Amino acid sequence: MNAPSTMKPFRHVGTRPVRPDGVDKVTGKALYSTDFKAPGMLWGAILRSPHPHARILSIDTKKAEALAGVKAVATGRDLPTLESLVMHVGEGASDIVDVSHNCLALDKVLYEGHAVAAVAAASPEIAREALGLITVEYEELAFVLGLEEALAEGAPVLHDTVFTKGVDPKPDRPSNAAMRVEMGGGDVEGALASAAATVTGRYTLEPVHQGYIEPHACVASWNGDGQAQIWTSSQGHFAVRALTASVLAIPQADIRVTPLEIGGGFGGKTTVYLEPVAMVLSKKSGRPVRLAMTREEVFRATGPAPGAVIDVRLGAAADGTLVAADVEFLYHSGAYTANDAGAGVSSAIGHYRIPNSRVVGIEVLCNRPAAKAYRAPGAPQVNFAVESAMDELAGKLGIDPLELRLKNAAIEGDPQTTGLPWGRIGYVECLEAAKAHPHWSAPLGPNQGRGIAGGYWGNYGGPSTVNVSVAEDGTVTVATGSPDIGGSRASMAIMAAEVLDIPYEQVRAVVADTASIGVSMVTGGSRTTFATGMATVQAAEEVKRLLCERAARMWGVISDQVEWRSGEVICLDGEKQGQAMSAAAIAGRSFHSGGPIAAVAALSAKGWLPGFGVHICDTEVDPETGHVKIVRYTAVQDVGIAIHPDYVEGQIQGGAAQGIGWALNEAYIYGKDGKLDNAGFLDYRMPVASDLPMIEAVIVEVPNPSHPYGVKGVGEVPIVPPLAAVANAIHAAAGVRLKDLPMAPDRVYAALHPEG
Amino acid sequence: MPSTAYHAPGTVEDAVALLAADPTARPLGGGTDLIVQMRAGRLSPGAVIDLKRIGGMSGVHRAGDAFAIGAATPCTALKADAALSAAWPGVVEAANLIGSVQVRNRATMAGNLCNASPAADSVPALVAAGAVCVIAGPSGQREVPVEAIPVSPGKTSLAPGEFVVEIRFPPKPAGGGDAYLRSTPRTEMDIAVVGAGVSIVLDGEGICTAARIALGAVGPTVVLVEDAAAALVGSKLDDDALAAMSQAVQAASNPIDDKRGTVSYRKAMAGVLARRAVLIAASRAGAKA
Repeated sequence: MNAPSTMKPFRHVGTRPVRPDGVDKVTGKALYSTDFKAPGMLWGAILRSPHPHARILSIDTKKAEALAGVKAVATGRDLPTLESLVMHVGEGASDIVDVSHNCLALDKVLYEGHAVAAVAAASPEIAREALGLITVEYEELAFVLGLEEALAEGAPVLHDTVFTKGVDPKPDRPSNAAMRVEMGGGDVEGALASAAATVTGRYTLEPVHQGYIEPHACVASWNGDGQAQIWTSSQGHFAVRALTASVLAIPQADIRVTPLEIGGGFGGKTTVYLEPVAMVLSKKSGRPVRLAMTREEVFRATGPAPGAVIDVRLGAAADGTLVAADVEFLYHSGAYTANDAGAGVSSAIGHYRIPNSRVVGIEVLCNRPAAKAYRAPGAPQVNFAVESAMDELAGKLGIDPLELRLKNAAIEGDPQTTGLPWGRIGYVECLEAAKAHPHWSAPLGPNQGRGIAGGYWGNYGGPSTVNVSVAEDGTVTVATGSPDIGGSRASMAIMAAEVLDIPYEQVRAVVADTASIGVSMVTGGSRTTFATGMATVQAAEEVKRLLCERAARMWGVISDQVEWRSGEVICLDGEKQGQAMSAAAIAGRSFHSGGPIAAVAALSAKGWLPGFGVHICDTEVDPETGHVKIVRYTAVQDVGIAIHPDYVEGQIQGGAAQGIGWALNEAYIYGKDGKLDNAGFLDYRMPVASDLPMIEAVIVEVPNPSHPYGVKGVGEVPIVPPLAAVANAIHAAAGVRLKDLPMAPDRVYAALHPEG
Repeated sequence: MPSTAYHAPGTVEDAVALLAADPTARPLGGGTDLIVQMRAGRLSPGAVIDLKRIGGMSGVHRAGDAFAIGAATPCTALKADAALSAAWPGVVEAANLIGSVQVRNRATMAGNLCNASPAADSVPALVAAGAVCVIAGPSGQREVPVEAIPVSPGKTSLAPGEFVVEIRFPPKPAGGGDAYLRSTPRTEMDIAVVGAGVSIVLDGEGICTAARIALGAVGPTVVLVEDAAAALVGSKLDDDALAAMSQAVQAASNPIDDKRGTVSYRKAMAGVLARRAVLIAASRAGAKA
């Protein structure tokens, strides 16, 4: 049910031109993080903890410093002591003290792979050799990996400064419960007791990694005058600047961060791991320093999405009307407070009207890498539990699972879990589109089953700065501060071309460095096309106004007597009536009519709306082996308006693929020694192309009235429904309800053959 | 800094001399295991002896009904050889399950064998086919069955200075068919949780006259299960014979619990895969009978 494009009043919005960064990428010319080299650059390397939890008694770096070719060695002692300060720069919030200690441990290591020391040397080989010459004396401490184990009496407590946030009164002793969030209202127990049907279940998920193909890497160069440059790939170079400056306690304007092309982030590149360390090494050596992680380091030391234990109870009347929901979950926070619980709570049950509800989320510290945002952070886990329970409830009530969802689906005006009313959301439209799609009624083969699940993500707005400038020949440059991870340069060019009514090829969009454009929040929260797009439209409108004003001046008429029409200014009055002046003509003489033509829009975008999606999944389960094949997959999503449908579909397909991987095979596997046993793509099994069918993306367009072109946001919603869609399809195919992810062949086999 | 010398000898004798001169030296075929292990720091050979310049080391050689495959022949080349693919489809398929397309453009069966991983995909298929290795060494050449090469994970029976020159196949028997199946969570880019290679011969009546069944990843080395073969010989591969074969396979499986699979799952899969592989091999045997 793609919205018919003929109904759109748009010339560019909804078209599919080639992305401006496309040729560089497919020809291998694009500069990614490890492609960048600076003259005189040194090679850095990081020594990491072999223990999951230990006190650092001493670090002896003398032998490493004495090795020929070693130019600098750094430890946590080289970072300044900081006051606790929670910074909201990425997705979620982090205490800057935690960020610092995560870059280089100070007194304790909190997970296997925690950075302990760093070196910069004349070659990568010398740097690695120097790591072997650093002696660290550890006092090993008891460690804890599991959620319930970490909360148990007597569990090793990671931080003696953490007293559960969100609990009143403040607990009298520190614990691994970092924070507790509760929402809801009504009489949950009473409603469950009188419900015609109830379901109860406990669901578990292991932590999973974002799996971006490009490991973290940067080059930093810090001069004696205090000024520094950093070249890095991230989801937000302003976040890199703010966090690095804060960790080093230096002014932000002294750091210029140049964004390089990014090879995937998915939420995981919204913090700093390497940049402050590279800065310290650069300052000590007086040379630019590159730090780059190996894939193994990425797995051991960068953010996974939290694993979870989730308890769900749902109750409904005989006609399927939901009467109560009780959801309580524990999320891994890893080594530091990650702040995913709130998003999990608000993403749990808001897609349904439920008069009595209680949703509680608790974040749990444990000896794993600090959890980090991953595509709709906090939502897929709880959605897996709730949407699996909905499926079970439909079975108990004898109601079609899609009809049960449709009957209870939230619409505009219904209260969210927070109590605030929903705006113009499109869940019902997605369910109707799924119902009407041929996939929903297609016949199934032997051992096949069909599952459905719905989900949502709040999306976001926030700060963005855009500069739109007109060259002397009338062509247009759009400079944003938003890293392009999903085709945003193309979308910005489309929106500017739409405003100016000029060909797409006359508009080029770039991502500018932190010294060349104003502050912009990370590309995350599905905010860029919405918020940076809003700034692009606003700046382009101002450019249009300036062009009209200049033309009027050149014609000697007042501004009211001209009009922008088809990419030109038309004179409406006086002796020049009917004459047209092109942008090239105006810009070509702009130096004499008032100066260059450019406009900046710096705004905090408001009026964002959440996205909803409904996924249909067909599986075929091999009854003898437990192998699950995804036979057919359709992902329906309300995106507001699709600015560039190719990249919207790409986001939907990518999110679904990652969700299917999470459902079927991805998981961190730890040994009894607390060390990660699968720090590589061989045994951390993301799906490969042959594991997936063509994922059909169905775009539903329920425009956002607060955005000039109706944008809502796309990237995160599609990872929310797949976990339950796959689980529900396995249940339909094989009659077994799997409540523990991943649903790997051995787990499915065990469910099918309980006798062993 | 430890350094590694690179040699590309032109003759088998030169390669043997180079390998014998340095006990840490390693032969290089495709390098898809060797280079990875060197990069990971698990292996630091004093020298790498590239076999690809030696005449006859790359390619599928045919003498009558018998095939010989040079040690440096990439798996992709096996698939491209129509005669080999027709005679030993199970072996060719097994070799072309290793890694990815890009890996298989370099990777060799001899390397897969000498890496001595219990989960090597091509090895059960080679053992089932009754293939033998020609080994060159300081005291000349010798031939040993494929199953005699790996002795434990990562270790082979090759003496210092020895390397595999080629893998030879017996003439394909009339009414013969082979197959290899493995279980992996992913469809590609994965390592066998269990592998089963089967080669059988059926007579004109459909009676099994010979069988070889070999398993991967259920023990420290490839396991040739003679009891399983015995359960099939003399039968028409009826359900009882297949069940007895599966039972023998499970009994011979002695896997470990690790991140790739549990003991119970591996044993169960060994039985299932062996039965399915027998049926595929039988259909191939029947088609040619």
